[in-house]
Amino acid sequence: MFATAIIVFREILEAALIVGIVAAATRAIPGRTRWLSAGIAAGLMGAGLVALGTERIADLASGVGQELFNAAVLGIAVAMLAWHNLWMSSHGAALAANARSVGGAIRDGRRECSVLMIIVGLAVLREGSETVLFLYGIAAAEGGASWPMLIGGLAGIAAGIAVGYALYAGLLRIPLRWFFAATGILVLFLAAGMASQAARFLIQADVLPSLANPLWDTSALLPQTSLIGTLMRSLVGYEDRPAGMQIVFYVLVLIAIGSGMKWLNPDSPARPSRAAS
Amino acid sequence: MEPPLSRALSLNAALSVAFLLLAPVPASAAEDEYKLVIQDHKFQPTEVVVPSGKKIKLVIENRDGTPEEFESHALNREKVIAGKSTATIFIGPLKPGRYPFVGEYNEKTAQGVIVVK
Repeated sequence: MFATAIIVFREILEAALIVGIVAAATRAIPGRTRWLSAGIAAGLMGAGLVALGTERIADLASGVGQELFNAAVLGIAVAMLAWHNLWMSSHGAALAANARSVGGAIRDGRRECSVLMIIVGLAVLREGSETVLFLYGIAAAEGGASWPMLIGGLAGIAAGIAVGYALYAGLLRIPLRWFFAATGILVLFLAAGMASQAARFLIQADVLPSLANPLWDTSALLPQTSLIGTLMRSLVGYEDRPAGMQIVFYVLVLIAIGSGMKWLNPDSPARPSRAAS
Repeated sequence: MEPPLSRALSLNAALSVAFLLLAPVPASAAEDEYKLVIQDHKFQPTEVVVPSGKKIKLVIENRDGTPEEFESHALNREKVIAGKSTATIFIGPLKPGRYPFVGEYNEKTAQGVIVVK
């Protein structure tokens, strides 16, 4: 029962942390609760469909369909997180000052909300489908379902959601002055970590070379299966034995989004339109 | 407010294009193929010996009716294998050593190791 709870907890944790961060990062955007709920609901349905179609997805692209599917889902999520951070860089100040109706903020806000829905939906879909398969395996085991294991699974789901909520509640306590900078940095590292995961799937599918395998080995220092390692893995994409190509993806996304954020930030001297205002 | 937004859009588009461009890089070469079978939540064989410095194609057949997740932190690989189906995983090139793997959904029984020589 305990082992089951831990496996499910690990699967749920990443999705829960993503939902927690996104929910916190968008607290000033009107109507975001509705959009986030819709995203979670769509993600759950998608998770069921993906779980049902596992075999069919796996058979695509001569046996590496699952890797390409995961890499595509992660790639879209990275692009959406990038969009969100760039949008927040140009609108965050206005939102923080409660000047929501300025210019096209409301209209843009709606587009921003659909982006959030996609981010949350994809996170739930990816992590949820594996949980569905795992729990299905328990329920369909020869000799009947094991109730202690199923209860363990539910406990794992509850624990994962609790940690996600704790992160959300903790983030909301950050003073507004630093709040958007803090969530922006969290989203930035989240995106870089996802890009690194996407690279790992493409290496596993033999689409990309690994470059170095592994580039480093810190599994003795901070194993990614430990509690801190698992949290670091979900939040900043930590891996104890990453391939070189993963780090290339990680750093590229970090630089691309990071410099975009700096460029669009109204407080940044690099922004050209500052002179006009 | 419009110029930064369109800039954001084009950067976003540039990112997506970068992903598309990176995706089809051909890395394939002729690789050795090794077979593993999952039955009664156990791997057969439990030890696979492969040469070092070469890319290896692992073909895993799951004969159980329930799904399994091939997972190896040492190999940096994870893949869900549906019940009654076969999956392909590419590993390596690897340095000599022992690389344990498990079936995450039945970790107590489903254990094995890739031995690289």
